[in-house]
Amino acid sequence: MPDWSDPRGCTLGRLDRVSLDPTFDDAHTAGEARRAAREGLGVALATSAYGISFGALAVASGLDVWQTCALSLLMFTGGSQFAFAGVVGAGGIAAAPAAIASASLLGVRNIAYGMRMSPVIGTGFWRRAAAAQFTIDESTAVSLAQRSTRARTVGFWVTGIGIYIGWNLSTLAGALLGDVLGDPRAYGLDAAAAAAFLALLWPRLRARQPIAVGIAAAVLATMLTPVLMPGLPVIVAALVAVIVGWTNWLGAADEPLVEPDDAALRRAQEPWEGLP
Amino acid sequence: MTMWTAVLVASVVCVALKTLGYLVPPRWLEAPRPARTADLLTVALLAALVGVQTFGAGQAIVVDARLPAVLVAAGLLLLRAPFLVVVAAAALTAALLRLWGWAA
Repeated sequence: MPDWSDPRGCTLGRLDRVSLDPTFDDAHTAGEARRAAREGLGVALATSAYGISFGALAVASGLDVWQTCALSLLMFTGGSQFAFAGVVGAGGIAAAPAAIASASLLGVRNIAYGMRMSPVIGTGFWRRAAAAQFTIDESTAVSLAQRSTRARTVGFWVTGIGIYIGWNLSTLAGALLGDVLGDPRAYGLDAAAAAAFLALLWPRLRARQPIAVGIAAAVLATMLTPVLMPGLPVIVAALVAVIVGWTNWLGAADEPLVEPDDAALRRAQEPWEGLP
Repeated sequence: MTMWTAVLVASVVCVALKTLGYLVPPRWLEAPRPARTADLLTVALLAALVGVQTFGAGQAIVVDARLPAVLVAAGLLLLRAPFLVVVAAAALTAALLRLWGWAA
């Protein structure tokens, strides 16, 4: 196992050192690449499974089966997809602008992932364009957890393409299932949506600052629900993050820069770590 | 705006954001302020969605079967249960509470 406990150990510095080292052992690299592929497949299987919950929730929120599948095929970033369905489910088509804004704001973290993956992916227009679509929490996390450039490349593509295939198949299955279920409340699907957001949030709450921001955002969004149009309370709560992030309120002065993929890595690991 | 327009616009924006990361110079990441703000933005949005999905019903705030379901989910997350188990347990909790008539 690579050293998961040290997120700074897999920064670009090490990548450069390894890729520039002419004496690096080829056999060792191949072994690392195979292990990266295995890890990628494990994460892909676990992550794809919960495309079922996205498909069912999206249909319960009023999207049809094809719109649900379009989100997984085109948007392909789980948090944003759940957010879009959640806001539309609460406010209907009138909340569509807020749904677009929520999905987009949650997609902002993918900019940081793309910046980290850019030197790993290399050059070539089509290669980089394809890589951009596969740039999500899990592919970035598996890739950056590897040490050699080769293993990082393999980890990224295996995880990204694996999840893309699995996530779209399970989205379709979940959407068809949600379509025949009928009243979503009778099956607790509204509660499942809240639990899904909590599960996505959980691994990110590992310091005082994000915990404070999370609580403030949840309370603010809930309190604003009766006075603002559906969807807007979530957007206003995002301002809390911008203010706290910009001023670094409640943050340690010499806080080390946490890898943005760290939370995703832990989340991605857990499902198969717990298997017998 | 139709639902299809919303689906496509949101998708295009999200793909554009992913692509943007490959177009900006990597040294921008070294500035702690934007990186920290992006991380906290994700936290705030997800937390706000937890609040709204748990208590919101249109523009009303209600306490119903979703609250105990989310508490069950939080308990399972503390025990490091996988994502699907957490989501399924929350759905089951709310469904059973409604079936037995213990909560709305």
